[in-house]
Amino acid sequence: MSQALTTDTPGAPARRRGRPWALPAAVAAVLILLGISLSIGAFDILGDEFGSEMFWITRVPRTLALVLAGAAIATSGLVMQVLTQNRFVDATTSGTTEWAALGLLLTALLLPGIGLVGKMVISSVFAFVGAMVFMGILRRVVIRTTLVVPLIGIMLGAVMSALTTFLAAQFNLLQMLGTWFLGSFGEIVRGRYEVLWVVALVTLGVFLMADRITVAGLGKDLATGVGVRYEAILIGGTALVAVAAGVTTVVVGFLPLLGLVVPNVVSMIRGDSVRSNLPWVVLGGVALVTLCDIIGRTVNMPFEVPVSLVLGVVGSIVFVALLLRQARGGTK
Amino acid sequence: MSGIAQLSSVGTLPPAPPVASGRWRRMVPVAVTLAAATALAVAILVYANPAPPGTGAFWIIVQARLVSLGTILLVAVAQSVATVLFHTITANRILTPSILGFDALYVLSQTALVFLFGVSSTGMEGIPKIVAQSALMIVFATLLYGWLFSGRRANLHLMLLVGVVLGIAFASTASFLQRILTPSEFDVLSARLFGSISKADPAYLPIAGLIVAGILVYVWSRRRSYDVLALGRDVSVGLGLRYRREVVVSLVLVAVLVSVSATMVGPMTFYGFLVATLAYQFAPGDRHADVLPLAIGIGLVTLLAATFVLRHLFSAAGLVTVIIEFVGGTLFLIVLLRKGLR
Repeated sequence: MSQALTTDTPGAPARRRGRPWALPAAVAAVLILLGISLSIGAFDILGDEFGSEMFWITRVPRTLALVLAGAAIATSGLVMQVLTQNRFVDATTSGTTEWAALGLLLTALLLPGIGLVGKMVISSVFAFVGAMVFMGILRRVVIRTTLVVPLIGIMLGAVMSALTTFLAAQFNLLQMLGTWFLGSFGEIVRGRYEVLWVVALVTLGVFLMADRITVAGLGKDLATGVGVRYEAILIGGTALVAVAAGVTTVVVGFLPLLGLVVPNVVSMIRGDSVRSNLPWVVLGGVALVTLCDIIGRTVNMPFEVPVSLVLGVVGSIVFVALLLRQARGGTK
Repeated sequence: MSGIAQLSSVGTLPPAPPVASGRWRRMVPVAVTLAAATALAVAILVYANPAPPGTGAFWIIVQARLVSLGTILLVAVAQSVATVLFHTITANRILTPSILGFDALYVLSQTALVFLFGVSSTGMEGIPKIVAQSALMIVFATLLYGWLFSGRRANLHLMLLVGVVLGIAFASTASFLQRILTPSEFDVLSARLFGSISKADPAYLPIAGLIVAGILVYVWSRRRSYDVLALGRDVSVGLGLRYRREVVVSLVLVAVLVSVSATMVGPMTFYGFLVATLAYQFAPGDRHADVLPLAIGIGLVTLLAATFVLRHLFSAAGLVTVIIEFVGGTLFLIVLLRKGLR
């Protein structure tokens, strides 16, 4: 399985050398996307006298939130894929986000006055528990084919979300639940997005731990053999994932399949080196979530379609394509 | 075994099993579930009826509850027959049409119809409308899943995952389109889509009942062919069954049944799986004559019990489907893990 992760990319040679312009070009493309995101909206920021004020109140925070959330979710997807040694695992396909939503619901029920930070902590803790439950199940299952693992995760998520829906309906909180299950950047304004800087720390943490996470992904024996504390890295990596999932669920809502699609597409193009792929995963995450947000904002102006719906459509189509592609590769 | 032994022409015959009691024993699970279902049905009709029994008001309330009882009956029959049939033609017991996204596909096709043609498409009411909508869905479902099961991609896990993700894709696309609809169009659509057991549309019941009953009679009359079909393609062809035709017809029937059920109560992902798995567990044999009635019985008991408990003990009648999702999803996970643990 670990071999599959590091070598199983047919037809994708490492193209690191010989293309020094690639990364700057990608950065420029992402910056252009962000510029478009800044300039789109119902309010005329250039003509109106409150233009610049509105610009700083809504547009800039929204775009920054896109960058922070996109980068964190995409990199944490990569971390999960390395740690579980499975291409098709991310926060969506492991049920982690559903646990975060359950935690959030419980805070709304039991500790309604806890405040934003408390909510984030509790929902991150629940996301951590969820990820650990998922990993625990994986350890118990003998046949861990690439395809069964995400299936187990999706079903776990479905069960958790049925439980959450039931609880929410019992206490008349269904509408609140709807806003968490549907990620949207529409309500991001100054004063609300700042907590998302926490997930910037997650992205940073992934960069710092990249090599150790890669080694841990090779398996417990090998990792211990080369002097990496396997359990510590496993728990640390999962904690990073949980914080990213928990915080974005509180502030933005679900961003489905983002952490799955981006790392897979990147490694399809560039091969499987985790550390050299990381900048690309960050850029890809930002680009995809920004693009989906722009689509969601423009397709039905002046109303907005939540970004998670656009992501769901794009993400699941890419996911199916990846599955069929692997199936073709597997039968060779 | 005893049947084969009796056919041999030489040697002493084993003592013939008491045929009648054997047949009766086979009927026990079905009889028990049907009795339980009847009891539950009566309970739902008369329990906590505020009017004194026998008065006019009493019967009016009973009549109102009969509508949801009819809905439950149709949904249970449609889902359990569809799932067992689907298991037979795909030769597995994990995939179900709903898990593979049939329900979501139905919602998407409804949404797309309103999205493309606007509210005017609702101008034609009644049977032509239902036929047109169902035809769209059936054609698409048959093509898609026919392709998925065309044999070259015979990996069960792959198909399962592709189906699940396709379900997510359909559901997201449908919600996406719903967000773009004008409020009036959305109103029309949601009235059409989101039925529930507690507020079913009585006008739809006779048509749906006719369709489900017709399919049920057809499937029952061909139950022995389905026994053969379950043995796989090669055996079926060898025994003179027109395999491809049977599979396509069955897929169409499954699509019809699922769209009937989805129209009445909305998507229920794990219900069919729950019912069919329990039926295989308790059926006295693998024949469709054993499994189908038991599946229908268990489907009825599950849905009736969930409705009764939620309506009268938790007063949360709208959540029947959510509870069934929870129980069915857990069971699915357990079955999946047990197959993995082996």
